[in-house]
Amino acid sequence: MALTREDISKIAHLARLELNESEIPVYQQSLSSILDFVGELNRADTKGVEPMAHPLAGLAQRLREDVVTEKDEHERYQANAPKVEAGLYLVPKVIE
Amino acid sequence: MSTHEKTVAELAAGLRNKEFSSVELAKLYLDRAEASQPTLNAFVSVTRDVALAAAAEADRRIAEGKAGPLTGIPIAHKDIFCTEGIRTTCGSKMLDNFVAPYDATVVTKLKEAGCVMIGKTNMDEFAMGSSNETSYYGPVRNPWDTSMVPGGSSGGSAAAVAARVVPAATATDTGGSIRQPAALCGVTGLKPTYGRVSRYGMIAFASSLDQGGVIAASAEDAALVLGAMAGFDPRDSTSVDRPVPDYVAALNRPVKGLRIGLLKEFFEKGLDPEVEKRIREALDVYQKLGAELHEVSLPSLPLSVPTYYVVAPAECSSNLARFDGVRFGHRAGNAKDLMELYCRSRGEGFGAEVKRRIMTGTYVLSAGYYDAYYLQAQKVRQLINKDFERAFGEVDVLMGPTTPTPAFPLGAKTSDPITMYLNDIYTIGANLAGLPAMSVPCGFVGKLPVGLQIVGPHFGEEKILGAAHAYQKETDWHRRLPDGFK
Repeated sequence: MALTREDISKIAHLARLELNESEIPVYQQSLSSILDFVGELNRADTKGVEPMAHPLAGLAQRLREDVVTEKDEHERYQANAPKVEAGLYLVPKVIE
Repeated sequence: MSTHEKTVAELAAGLRNKEFSSVELAKLYLDRAEASQPTLNAFVSVTRDVALAAAAEADRRIAEGKAGPLTGIPIAHKDIFCTEGIRTTCGSKMLDNFVAPYDATVVTKLKEAGCVMIGKTNMDEFAMGSSNETSYYGPVRNPWDTSMVPGGSSGGSAAAVAARVVPAATATDTGGSIRQPAALCGVTGLKPTYGRVSRYGMIAFASSLDQGGVIAASAEDAALVLGAMAGFDPRDSTSVDRPVPDYVAALNRPVKGLRIGLLKEFFEKGLDPEVEKRIREALDVYQKLGAELHEVSLPSLPLSVPTYYVVAPAECSSNLARFDGVRFGHRAGNAKDLMELYCRSRGEGFGAEVKRRIMTGTYVLSAGYYDAYYLQAQKVRQLINKDFERAFGEVDVLMGPTTPTPAFPLGAKTSDPITMYLNDIYTIGANLAGLPAMSVPCGFVGKLPVGLQIVGPHFGEEKILGAAHAYQKETDWHRRLPDGFK
């Protein structure tokens, strides 16, 4: 599986990662070899096998009463935010 | 015996008998941790003030006769566990400025048990690595030979315990990140069953594989710490509501008649012949104790590494989407729009290996490739899981090497990701199936330690701890300290 420069740029964009020019050939080479390596999985006969998403089969998701259980601590949590104003996260302009 | 050579169990006895106070212990280990930093770099933060305050409180509880078995015992947390008011970096530039607003459940539970946190240990960035060389804070070095890696991703926890700059440390294991560094550093590492220990406040890498556990000097110490860490947590949707057994009481289970399965696939090509000798010698000890050895074959197990390198990157690409430069973590300067803010914050904040895994995961989940890669990997995961289920129908525990070789030199495997990934060839299976597994020191090749891996069935922690403890009663590998840290 040989990925092109364009493939890497597209994947990086989907992943919201800016890469510099020198990183692209590095990932082109290493992602291609990783995909070759994991391509080995196609040799396994998996006809009729149930895909396994989780190690504990049959573990049911719990439900709780639909009531407020946490108190509002936005100030504490927003202390880690790069830019906040009036309890809102500030970001660059989205719409012109 | 010097105080720092004592196990957690022996330190607890010393505290009860007033041989030393908790404050004295905290100072001893804080000094050792700080002194080891230029050589080992095992810590991202050493938390002296927090430790001394917690130790003084522990001394009060001891004086009032309210002490539990871990009251006053120094511990270090892998820097993947959130600690309220204390910087929690996950080994990444992305979280270099992140001060956790709450404690992980594991941290809360160990605090309640009276443990005294002395610091946060270094790790591979976001737990992605097998050598601790992907940390933004620089590599950790192996105390047995500082030109060698300690393993990863819990390399800081393993190196710190090996050098006894802390008696025990928390760690996490997604594909071997507790057991592999424990093996390379000559300490005892325990990855519990998936769902046994809460993942709340443990920064997520691959949520169907991540499990918190412990690195300590002995199986007895691992049992003590696990007992305090484990248990149901309503804040983790995959936490299992099941009582926590008395792991310490389980240590003295007889080994006579124990059916040990030797994983045939683990003794095939790629295993260093000297490592194999140490493993065979350890198996001889079990045979002398009356255990039965059976060869067991898990035919799908050789596919565990490629399975993992689809499943784990897929889950990581989803989990790490939360780092967007908006709510917390690194934000790039002067972005002209939101897209540029996302892309540059992530491009600058993540290191090379994390970006590689995010992109691998993005690719295998993308339209047109999902079935061929992700779904196929989930099916092979099921085949591996069924192999283990069949094996545990025939034997009580599985044994084999933890790693194919002893520790390797720093820089030796950084240029080729596949070579690095193959380090975890023997450990990944237990994560895919969610099984409890340990690594126990079983001798040396030259001056480098070797680890014996013991895998149990789901919630079989008592079985593997019992087997490990029986071996440690017959051997003293787990009591050896590296030169320079004695």
